[in-house]
Amino acid sequence: MTTLSPTLIWILLGVAGLGTWLIRLSFIALLGRTAAIPDLAMRILRLIPAAVLAAIVTPSITHASGSFDLTTDRFVAGVIAGLVAWRTKNVLATIGAGMGVLWLLQAIS
Amino acid sequence: MNQASAKSSPFPAGFFDIAPILVGVFPFGLIAGIAAVEAGLDSIQAYAASPIVFAGAAQLAMIDLIGRDAAPIVIIATVLVINARMAMYSAALAPAFRELSPLRKAYGSYVITDQSFAVSIIRFDRVDETLSDRFSYYLGASLGLWVTWQISSLAGVIIGSGVPEEWSLDFAVPLVFMALVFPAIKDRASTIAAVTAATSAVAFVSLPLNLGLLVASGLGLVAGVIWSRE
Repeated sequence: MTTLSPTLIWILLGVAGLGTWLIRLSFIALLGRTAAIPDLAMRILRLIPAAVLAAIVTPSITHASGSFDLTTDRFVAGVIAGLVAWRTKNVLATIGAGMGVLWLLQAIS
Repeated sequence: MNQASAKSSPFPAGFFDIAPILVGVFPFGLIAGIAAVEAGLDSIQAYAASPIVFAGAAQLAMIDLIGRDAAPIVIIATVLVINARMAMYSAALAPAFRELSPLRKAYGSYVITDQSFAVSIIRFDRVDETLSDRFSYYLGASLGLWVTWQISSLAGVIIGSGVPEEWSLDFAVPLVFMALVFPAIKDRASTIAAVTAATSAVAFVSLPLNLGLLVASGLGLVAGVIWSRE
């Protein structure tokens, strides 16, 4: 549970929203006044989803108990969900497999 | 896209082309709403994230970091890094948007998403139509997703406080990221980026201010870019 103040959270939402909108608007607004995206920037932008999402997801299953632990229910459920995600690329199947395995492990432990 | 949608008027065609994708967006929005309530945001703020930020992965990561009391600068940087890819969509859509009024450019930009961009760019490539029809098609797809996101996250906020803790529904958040990461891994460079970022994130998990995510993402990007040069 957060202890950040509601005022700070409003500011964060506002800045995140404005910043995101400016990114979306960037080339649409600037067209004609700027060259295309440089090749290196394009390569970085293409890789962002893979890098950032992988960096978010891994600690949430390897450190599910707060410290490094590969024997938690969440790690096992996460690995199985990862296999389902890899094979099916389906959001619902991934959530279903991960939650299903987690509930099963919690029920039998 | 099928023939029927190519022939029908553009706004409904955009909506119908994105409709199958919306089935997967709904649970994602539901989880975003529930996660915001579980992170300790009050109901109004938990919902307000959806119209204000209107982003999937970035919104979820932001809520997660707020729940862990991360440093404000880290929260903002994380959102902007995750959403930086939309500059790519902005550049790709810019030619189709060039003659629109500033107002249309403003709200047309606000509703850019991975999904509506993807269906629109395919349509622009295959169907020869006026810029105004292209914008209608894009809006049909984008507003379909926008409305779905608002309704599903609002539903998540409403049921959020009523979900028992034993259900461990917070685990749905990493599962959503799991479902998103694999389609993003398309070639050698993105595989190297993802593997480097994943292992670095585990190694740097105890960095202060939740900086581990940004450091690990940065290392993954560097590794991926170096690899893609060869």
